[in-house]
Order: sequence, then C-alpha cells, then structure tokens
Amino acid sequence: MKAKHRRLTFVGVGLLLLAGAAGLVLVALEDTVVFFFAPSDLQAQERAPEGRVRIGGLIEQGSLERGGTPIRFRITDLRATVQVSYRGLLPDLIREGQGVVASGLLVNGMLEADEVLAKHDETYMPKEVADALRKAGTWKGAP
Amino acid sequence: MIIELGHHALVLAFLVALLQGTVPLVGAARRDRALMELGRSAALVQLLALAGAFAALTHAYVTSDFSVLNVAENSHSMKPMLYKVSGVWGNHEGSMLLWVLVLAAFGLAVALRGHGLPAVLKARVLAIQGLLGAGFLGFILLTSNPFVRLDPVPADGRDLNPLLQDPGLAFHPPMLYLGYVGFSVAFSFSVAALIEGRVDPAWARWVRPWTLAAWSALTAGIALGSWWAYYELGWGGWWYWDPVENASFMPWLAGTALLHSAIVVEKRDALKSWTILLAIVAFGFSLMGTFLVRSGVLTSVHAFAVDPDRGLYILVLLAVTIGGALALFAFRAPAMAPGSLFRPISREGGLVANNLLLATATATVCVGTLYPLFLDAATGEKVSVGPPFFHSTFVPVMLPLVLLAGIGPLLAWKRADLEGVFTRLRVAALVAGAVALLTWLLQHGHHPGPVIGLALAAWLAASTLIEWTGRVGLFRRRGTAARIIGLPRSAHGMTLAHLGLAVFICGAVGDSFWRREVVVDATPGAVAELAGYRVVLEDIRSGSGPNYEAEVVRLRVERDGETIGELRPERRFYPVQGTRTTEAAIRSRPLGDLYAAVGEGRTPQHRTLRLWHAPLVPWIWAGALMMVTGGLVSLSDRRLRVGAPRRTVGPVTQPAGGD
Repeated sequence: MKAKHRRLTFVGVGLLLLAGAAGLVLVALEDTVVFFFAPSDLQAQERAPEGRVRIGGLIEQGSLERGGTPIRFRITDLRATVQVSYRGLLPDLIREGQGVVASGLLVNGMLEADEVLAKHDETYMPKEVADALRKAGTWKGAP
Repeated sequence: MIIELGHHALVLAFLVALLQGTVPLVGAARRDRALMELGRSAALVQLLALAGAFAALTHAYVTSDFSVLNVAENSHSMKPMLYKVSGVWGNHEGSMLLWVLVLAAFGLAVALRGHGLPAVLKARVLAIQGLLGAGFLGFILLTSNPFVRLDPVPADGRDLNPLLQDPGLAFHPPMLYLGYVGFSVAFSFSVAALIEGRVDPAWARWVRPWTLAAWSALTAGIALGSWWAYYELGWGGWWYWDPVENASFMPWLAGTALLHSAIVVEKRDALKSWTILLAIVAFGFSLMGTFLVRSGVLTSVHAFAVDPDRGLYILVLLAVTIGGALALFAFRAPAMAPGSLFRPISREGGLVANNLLLATATATVCVGTLYPLFLDAATGEKVSVGPPFFHSTFVPVMLPLVLLAGIGPLLAWKRADLEGVFTRLRVAALVAGAVALLTWLLQHGHHPGPVIGLALAAWLAASTLIEWTGRVGLFRRRGTAARIIGLPRSAHGMTLAHLGLAVFICGAVGDSFWRREVVVDATPGAVAELAGYRVVLEDIRSGSGPNYEAEVVRLRVERDGETIGELRPERRFYPVQGTRTTEAAIRSRPLGDLYAAVGEGRTPQHRTLRLWHAPLVPWIWAGALMMVTGGLVSLSDRRLRVGAPRRTVGPVTQPAGGD
C-alpha cells in the first residue's frame, strides 16, 4: 500500500468518525440542551417550555420553607416569581434574598427541581442570575 | 521586606525568561554555541528567582502577613498550617505563580538532563520554554500580582473558602499543574522540531517520557479533584461534566492520544506530523483550560474573581501561542520526510484508530463545553449542556476505543495476523459474554447500559491479561519469573494502565446505573432503609475544630439486624467567612459506598438526611490510581528514562549543529 493510499484511508476513516460524532452531537444538542430562564422570561412565554429548564434569580424573602420534604421556596427577579419544590438537601450557602439557580421540570407553572445550586461564597453571584437581574432592571450590584 | 524581594525576584524572572526566549533562538540560527548555552544558565536563574518569589509568598502565608493583599483576602491566622500553605495556590494570583514555577522547573529539567540532545534542538526547546514563561510572567505582573501591599493593614484575613480547606484539594492544583505544564515540554519540543524541519525517533524518545510524566500527574490531579467533589460537596457525585472539569479532561484526552502516537514515532518512525500536531493541541487545551477557569467566563468554585482584563490577556496569549504554533505547523509540516509504511491491520493501525477515536472524543467534549459560551456570546441565549449530552456523544465514541484497547496490544507491528489475534482472544470474548449474561440476569430491571459497560470492562481486563501472560510465558512452567523481570517496564506499565481503565469503567457503570438514594426528615431514633441497610439516627452532638463549629450527627448502620458500623456526617460553620459546609460521611467497601449527608430540618429537632448507596464507586479511584501507577512504572523504564543516553547510534542521529 502506497503512502498516499494509506494517508487517504486514514483521512477517510477520520472524516467518517467525525461525521458520525457530528451527527451525535447535533442530535444530542437538540435533545439535551437545557435553557435558562429568569422568572419574568417565563411569564413572557406564551406556552410553558417543555423538558428540563434552569431558573435563576433570588430566593424571595419569607418564601423559604426549610427542612421537610419537599423543600419549597420562590425564585424572583423582583418582577415575577416562580414556585420551586425540591426533594433533597439544600446547599449550605442558601439563604433568602440571595442568588440561586434551580433546574428541573416545570409542572403547572411550578418547578419540580432536582438540583439547586447556590452561590459559592459571600462575594459571588451566579453569572446567569446577575444577567437576569440586569435584564429585569432590578440589579443593584456593579454594572 | 521579604515581600518586596519576592516582587523583585518575579520581575527578574520575567527579564531572564525574555532572554531565555530570544538569545538561544538567535544562537541556534547562527550556530553560535555561546549564545545557545545561555539558555541553560537562564533556565537556572529563572527557576531560582521564581522559587524565591514563591518562597516569599509562602512565608507571608505562613506568618499571616496581612499587609499583603493576597494573604489578607485568602488566609486567616486561625487556619491550620496545611491550609495556610495550600492557601498559597488556593487563589488566582498564587496559583498562577505556581504555574510559572512548575514551567520553569520543567525548563531547567530539560536544560540539566538534556546531555544527549543535539545542542541546536535543546537551545530551541529552552527558548520556547522561556517565551512561554515570559508570557505568563507578564500576565502575573500586569494583571495578577500576588505581592500587592495593603494599607491599612487589616487585623485579620478573610480566610480561604472552607470548601477548599481540604487535604484532597490541597494537592489537586499542584498535580493538575504538573500535568498541564508538563505538556509544555512536548509543545516546546514540537515547535523546535518544526523550526528544525525534522523529527526522528530520538525526538520521540525525548517527548514520550515528558508526556508520560505530564499525563500521570494530570490523571492524578483529575482523580483528586473528582474525589474531592465526591466527598466534600455532599452531592454524592464524582463527575458532573461541569465546564471546569471538562477543561481539565480535554488536555487529558489529547495527552492520552499523544502518549500513544509518540510510541509509533519512536518505534516505527511514522505519524510524525500528526504527533507534533497532537502535542500542540494537548498544550493548547491546557492553556484553554487555564483560560476557561481563570477568566471568569464560567461560574464555578474555581472562578476566584471575575476580571475581564485577565481573561483577555490569557485569550491573547492562547491565540498567539497556539495560533503561532499551528501556523508554523501548516508551513513546515508538509516538508517533513514521510514515515515508514504499515498496513491498516497492524499495531500502528490500531494506534491510529486509538488516536482518531480519542481526537473525536476530545472534539465532542470541546463542543459540549464551548457551545453555551458561543451561544451566549452570539445570541444572548443562556443554555447549559449537562451530563445527558456527554452520555449520548462521548460514551458512544469511547465504547469502540475500549474494544480496541483489548485488541491493539496483541497486534504485530507493520502487518498483523488478525485471525491469530482473535484465536488468542477467544477466552476474553467468553469472559465478556459470561459477564454480560450474569449482569443481565442479576440486575434489577433489564437495562442494557451495565451489560455493555461491564462486558467491555471484562473484555479489556481479560485481553490485557492474556497479552501480559503471553509475554511473560505464564503457565509455561519455566522462566516466568525471569521474563517478568526481563520484560520492559513500559510493558508492565501499559498492562497496569489498561487494567486500571477496566476497573474504572466498572466503577463508573456501577455508580451511574445502580445508585440508590433516600431523603428523609428525621429526629433522633428515626430509621431509614436503603439497599438492605437500616440506618438509625442516634443523636446530634456539637463539636468544634480549629477554625469552625460543628454539629455531628451519629448514624448507626445495621444490616440483617446487626450493627455493622457508624456514620458521622457533620455540618460545619466557619465564623470568619460566615459559611456553612456539609461534611459527608462515607462507609467505603470494595463493593460500594454508603454515603450520608445531613442538612437542616423542618424544626430545630429535625434533620434532613440524604443517604446514597453507590455500588462500585471506590473502583473509580482505584482504576485511576492503577493508571497513574502504570504511567510511573512505564516512566521508570530504563529505555525511557528522562535523559537516558541513546544506546544505538543510527543514521537518524546527527551531530550537533548538523542539519
């Protein structure tokens, strides 16, 4: 087998592999990408999004029912709110009035979350939450 | 005073790195020995200066000198000594300092151990290392200086994020950096070879040990990080396909490909351009990992501070380094002499297939990691790409790779007899079939995932053992011990690493498909049942540590009516940062972990208990440990020893200065 043929074989196999992988990637992106919404984005939607969503904002003051299963709280961007219920342990850093991102399925306008992420430390706000608050015009931090 | 000395040492290192990056290049072009030799002394001075700077910063941490901004922001006088020291690299500035220190150390290692290396090649390698060092030192001095003073001096520091105060994490960054930066050596060798326009097996004999060392360290670093996430975050998971995790996984995948293709260059003098490209790509992913993690474009525990200047600088550095190297590659690679020929069915062919699959896998991980960033930049739409994406793209690419890893080592170089190989692998196929059948029958519900996964792992383990026993002549009575000793260490290393992969797959399969979980709201005396275990909440006590208050929940674990152990998950409160952490309790057994985490309950008497039974999880880290050990065993091979003089002087070796 000549060097040229050999190289062509490998390039061909490589291209086939890449094409296969590209196909997998496209299908998977279609099916598995999870969109992020702020509560007022959700309100603006005519139909509730299907499949998994992530919702971020602040935990509304006085809405957090700690402990018990499920745990309930509301996420707000200070314009609209979304009720969340969550079975599991809340992150240690979660507090009312602070940033949170919850993901799960929307059922009748309520988010049944299976994952709740809080900010990592005192100075940190999830980027999506900061952007969502900016969009809602209720951001108070640095521009 | 010491701090100012440290700062000056940093500036000195920058200037020396600039010298190291330019003068030897000129010397190499002019064949001027004196200029080329400068690289060696520069590498030494650069390392000494950086070691001094690093020592100065460490001193500030150890003595809690809060007049230094970096110390005040990340340390506290009450912090245990281990975390005072690990706090040096537990923040952005310090971790970048560690990065350049490791880079300079690798540079000096090349300078000191490169006796057998042609002087021109060595000068160029050292120069590229110097340029990389200058780039990063400029970054530190301009945007991330750890020696900035603070006035007025605060009474005490703001402490390190308690999540990071952990022995596993104390050593995670240094290991990871050894890996990331280790690929810089392969990169420098590649760029030097491109400038030279020539690659020979001697070149590969140099690149391979460096790659092997970097790969082993990176494997250890990733495993440590994953282990930390598993027991410290209290979520019970060990890999989240989080962009930051992927950022370290992509260089690992590319590095694994490089490790295998370098064998072909060394043994068969083929795949040369491809190997050079891989070296550039592997280091490119290391830089990209640094960029993603350090620039704050990702939200993560690693994103210490968001500063757009830093992101921009690293992005430009990335573009110049990798863009420049790739341009050089496009320019010079076609001129390289073609390598020797081989058939598609051969060891070389198998390694090529390995590389194609690994490259494809890297590409899928890269797409999944960067897609949300691009979409956000292009449309402002915020999406996340989570585990389901990677399960349906990365895993399908990996399955044939594991199948191939069983066959490849049995293939002969140049042209292989596939029929003979399959005859030898009949037993492995039988073992895999038996494991598949057993898994199918024994598991609850007939999910195909574990059947495929465990059968592949069994296939890989069995065929790896068949290959090894064949080479050492086990079951053939005489001479086995002598052959085990006589076999090159790299063969043992490969066997161990491939077995490690099989063990890892078992762990990943067990945890992904068979994990069980319960969440209960409990008071003392309450009982939770899970996977045959009965867990009784005994009592809740308070305790304290050096810099935290703790609440310890005692759980009694029973099985078949007998008490078999105790679990003590904790909730800690760190008053300095005002943060709480969850300390999970884990009862680890070879067949699986019982994992308990505790949170606040409905009333002050209640606690929320979250319990997992995670089968085979310890195998994940056992497998990773076997891979690292395999890498180190390979590295100890005499033929591969870094800087080992070449035994045979073939036509490929040329006198220094010859071109």
